[in-house]
Amino acid sequence: MKIPITVKPGTTARVKTGNWRELYVPEIDYEKCIGCSMCEKICPEGICFSTGEKNSKGKIFFEKDLDYCKGCGLCAEICPAKAIEMKREEK
Amino acid sequence: MKILEGSRAIAETINNIGPEVVSAYPITPQTHIVEDLAKLKADGLADYEYVRAESEFAAISIVEGAAAMGVRTYTATSSQGLLLMTEVLFNVAGMRLPMVLTCANRAVSAPINIWNDQQDAVTMRDSGWLMWFGEDNQEVCDLHILAYKVAEKLALPVMVNLDGFVLTHVVEPVEIESPAKIKKFLPRYKPQAVLDVKKPLTFGAFATPAHYFEIRQELHDDIVSSQKVIKSEMKKFKEIFGRQLGLIEYYGDKNAEIVIVAMGSVIGTIKDVADKLKKFGKKIGVLKVVSLRPFPDEEIIKALIKAKNIAVIDKSVSLGTEGILATEIRRALYGDKKKVVSYVMGLGGRDITEKMIEGIYSGIKKENKKVVLAGK
Amino acid sequence: MPQKSKYKAPLAHLVNPGHSACAGCGMIIASRLVLDAAGKNTIVTNATGCSEVTTTQYPMTAFKIPWIHSLFENPASLASGISAVLRKRGQEDKINVIAIGGDGATFDIGLGNISGMWERGDNVLYVCYDNEAYQNTGYQSSGATPLNAHTTTTPAGTKSFGSQLPKKNMIEIALAHNLPYVATATVGYPLDVIDKVKKTLAIKGPKYLQIYCPCVPGWGIEPKDTVKVSKLAVNSGFYPIVEFINGQLARKMTISKQEPVENFLKIQKRFKHLFASPGGQKEIARLQVIADYNIKKFGLI
Repeated sequence: MKIPITVKPGTTARVKTGNWRELYVPEIDYEKCIGCSMCEKICPEGICFSTGEKNSKGKIFFEKDLDYCKGCGLCAEICPAKAIEMKREEK
Repeated sequence: MKILEGSRAIAETINNIGPEVVSAYPITPQTHIVEDLAKLKADGLADYEYVRAESEFAAISIVEGAAAMGVRTYTATSSQGLLLMTEVLFNVAGMRLPMVLTCANRAVSAPINIWNDQQDAVTMRDSGWLMWFGEDNQEVCDLHILAYKVAEKLALPVMVNLDGFVLTHVVEPVEIESPAKIKKFLPRYKPQAVLDVKKPLTFGAFATPAHYFEIRQELHDDIVSSQKVIKSEMKKFKEIFGRQLGLIEYYGDKNAEIVIVAMGSVIGTIKDVADKLKKFGKKIGVLKVVSLRPFPDEEIIKALIKAKNIAVIDKSVSLGTEGILATEIRRALYGDKKKVVSYVMGLGGRDITEKMIEGIYSGIKKENKKVVLAGK
Repeated sequence: MPQKSKYKAPLAHLVNPGHSACAGCGMIIASRLVLDAAGKNTIVTNATGCSEVTTTQYPMTAFKIPWIHSLFENPASLASGISAVLRKRGQEDKINVIAIGGDGATFDIGLGNISGMWERGDNVLYVCYDNEAYQNTGYQSSGATPLNAHTTTTPAGTKSFGSQLPKKNMIEIALAHNLPYVATATVGYPLDVIDKVKKTLAIKGPKYLQIYCPCVPGWGIEPKDTVKVSKLAVNSGFYPIVEFINGQLARKMTISKQEPVENFLKIQKRFKHLFASPGGQKEIARLQVIADYNIKKFGLI
């Protein structure tokens, strides 16, 4: 058997799905972010994450990875602090 | 040497091989094998996990999961049970999971019939499993030991077939090899890829047209080239156990113009007829095909080099054409000017008598049909 | 151009991005929540369906745990086999076994295999992501499809309001197997999903978790509405979130103010025919009866 029938873990990471976005892109206002991690929980791509850094209010703020973001807008919908806004993306 | 029922001989041999997970669903005539395995476990004589399954489909799926964990497994079935497993059989082969399954060959419904023929197994010919047919219970037990070795070496599943009732329920002397001796031939299984939290691989990814073809081609190529490995393992088998196994076996007159080809226990009857005819100065050859997959084309061509009239007895039929072994023989001999007649016999447990075999011997030269369904 | 960021995603989840699930997909949210909550000492068996096809296109996989897909109907049986090996190795308490299937695999084609696995008492969590139809093959109805939903095999037409069969009660079927843990959850409430996965994995034996997962194209919703529609399903009483421990209702997601079922229906194209014809109101009323019944049955208000 020369061709492996099994596949190595996590290898889809090389597929950058950011080009799936059609019109809107999320923008996170670090200052408004309360670090609750709900965007991280809901993001279908799993690419909202804690930066580990604090904003002026002492809250660890979150960021998203646009290489993968498909622009679904769920992070903005679920954010209790309204810190995420879906903005029209200039391509 | 023990005198015991075929099913018991298989169960004891399997226990001595030492699978870690056994799962099965009862179906006549496979039942005695799985009952015996359950009893060995109940009596504290076996180490495997015995998992009760709610169907044959579940049974083979359960051992498939266990096989992906990198352990030796076992299941057995017959007839409708094998057919119910169809989808999983193809899947197991495609996933390259080494596995051994015993099929106690039985007719397929309808009409429902519990007696022996080989329609169940030959119908699975294209599933990607290596498929072997034993003539007697010693050979069947030996083929099981060999099956694990080949399966584990090549990451291919093996189905060992024996005729239901004719072998499963017959009591005859069989050498049951000990665990220690088996271990000399069949060392601890070292799987190539397993489900392991320390090395988290994905099994069963879907393949687009860009990859599917090569993966299937490799499975095909590996089945073709498995002959070499099987033969070299048969040599090692002989050294340890003293018995010669083969992909085929030729019996009788080497120069015979009439040769009868078949698989399984009917070979015993044909050999008896050959012995009888020999006494009357008549020449007849017998070709036993043990391995339907891989199909040993070259060996068969060589074995039939002197044959002019070849009778292929199938206990199955590809409805609308002919016996499946007959088609295989015709394909292997394509281009040769030999007469090949397909005799479909013994369906649903109908006896194949010596008289019928003698009739084939005396009638094949004048037979003008390519296919004869010979019930009587 | 996307804005540049100095931060990089750590890809710390057990499901990596790069998969091909639709934008806003409920199923993939559930997959990730379940696996992250279970942790890396987990082996997954997965049915054929969106959760398999979007994640594991050879030679790639989104998963970072050992994962196996065999067929549509057998993840429960594979899990039994894996569980048997872990039992033999004495690793049952160290490694989780999770079988995952959609509602087609769970309610329909794999039901017998699931029943067998439950009956055997194998230490396996079965997770059904319930998106209420065969979404992967183009939105055909399954045993989980609710009454009056349009699917491609129960299309709405001049003589039909869509599916005329009620949703099969898989929770009752699970309870009939005397499982130590049976629960529903939804991706609309992700913290509840995480909580339930952690809780159930601490229990030895066969477990069932049914996660309500909106399907963006199948239900005809906006990607951003996956959470909204889930919450409306819960808060209308249409999809009760309940938890049974040893057969007893142990916890439920209560509703502070019941939403009319109409609000849940009207943002989904699969129910839009109910608003387009005069007879539709009657059908909406029938669906309201189902929601009201759930509220009463489980005491959700």
